[in-house]
Amino acid sequence: MEIIITIISASLISNVVLSRFLGICPFLGVSNKVETAKGMGLAVIFVIMIATAVTFTINHFFLEETGVFGIDLTYLQTITFILIIACLVQFIEMFLKKFIPVLYKSLGIYLPLITTNCAVLGVALTVSRDYMFTRFTTGIAYAFGTSFGFLISIVLLASIREKIENNDIPESFKGKPIVLIIACLMAVAFTGFSNLNIG
Amino acid sequence: MEDKTLEKDNNQIIIENNTEIKEKKSRKKTIVVKENITKEKGIFHYIYNGIITENPTFILMIGMCPTLAITTSVSNAIGMGLATTVVLVASNAIISLARKIIPDSLRIPIYIVIIASFVTLVEFIIKAYFPSLNEALGIYIPLIVVNCIIFGRAEAFAGKNKVIDSIGDGIGMGLGFTIAIIIISAVREFIGSGAIYGHTIVPEDYRVALFVLPPGAFLVLAFLTAIQNKLKLPSATNKEGTCNNDCLHCIVSNEDKKAKEEHK
Repeated sequence: MEIIITIISASLISNVVLSRFLGICPFLGVSNKVETAKGMGLAVIFVIMIATAVTFTINHFFLEETGVFGIDLTYLQTITFILIIACLVQFIEMFLKKFIPVLYKSLGIYLPLITTNCAVLGVALTVSRDYMFTRFTTGIAYAFGTSFGFLISIVLLASIREKIENNDIPESFKGKPIVLIIACLMAVAFTGFSNLNIG
Repeated sequence: MEDKTLEKDNNQIIIENNTEIKEKKSRKKTIVVKENITKEKGIFHYIYNGIITENPTFILMIGMCPTLAITTSVSNAIGMGLATTVVLVASNAIISLARKIIPDSLRIPIYIVIIASFVTLVEFIIKAYFPSLNEALGIYIPLIVVNCIIFGRAEAFAGKNKVIDSIGDGIGMGLGFTIAIIIISAVREFIGSGAIYGHTIVPEDYRVALFVLPPGAFLVLAFLTAIQNKLKLPSATNKEGTCNNDCLHCIVSNEDKKAKEEHK
């Protein structure tokens, strides 16, 4: 039950893009078509889940005071996590290319873009710092919820953009401004979830 | 007679050509002089460049995550802007000092480690001396690491230029970012919570609370970019094929394009 609540609250109530502003660059950039948006969203779910699992484990066993070294090394979180994520993305890309070429074909082109996606580092840091996520399962559930929220919002934005393409938009609002206005209206809609009373 | 007139015409043409060449030479001279002036200007040139000509937020449209997230009040924006500036200047200086030692194939992880170390230092300072700012900015302080502005400047400028120039560029870009987010946050704070730098002015009934909430950030930025489009200002929104999803590679490729055009 706790896991379901974590997933719902992370994906809908405090949506990663629309209320916490992480991963804005791919949200605005790769949302031209639903197909590419879907690919990007799935790749983000994939990377965030693996990255959070690895960083959580390393944080628990090496950086915290209860870990192997017996000293509090949590101030090294930022450096270790960003390095781990950068290496992990490279490694995942190589692994997929070699062993699962089908998945590589659909996700491959998005993987290098994810290193600079701040949602990945943001989720890893939140899970390691927040006292709410002391257990591995809730941490992973939070990671899944967040990245699922990213998938929902980017696919929604892409489908709205596809619809709006042929509309008569004012000259100065063409391009980025209209996308930002759509994002604004989506954010208004998503604030409606904040009154959702769960647990 | 005809021959003479022809000679005259030819002379005239030659004279005209000469004047044209002279004009071209003088133009070249003026261009050279202008370049010298910009070089002599030094740090002020970089500050002007960072704030006006290549403003990271309004013109290049990079580093949007903190721009949207922490601009609910001017004090937050000043804190975030200065923290980013400090990291930018320090990392630019170190990367520029070490640019001849760093092997090309390993530069990205080395840059990341240098930037992350400075971010950790800045986080310590903020935690120790500005605890309220630390609470307000929260997770966005460590996320300075993935701010495209810092990595972009390291890759595009500090890795190729001298130390003093890199420091100047860092100061200019940092100030440009700070001023941009102060402008956005001033708009949001005034309309959303009716205050100017924490001093309440507008009574509660006349505020639009939407502007302090997340949707307001998108709305303010949408209208700012629309104004830029309307005035045909040179922003990233007016150009084709600019940085959309991948700040890191886009800056590099843009620099390459510029270099190729200059080469041609």
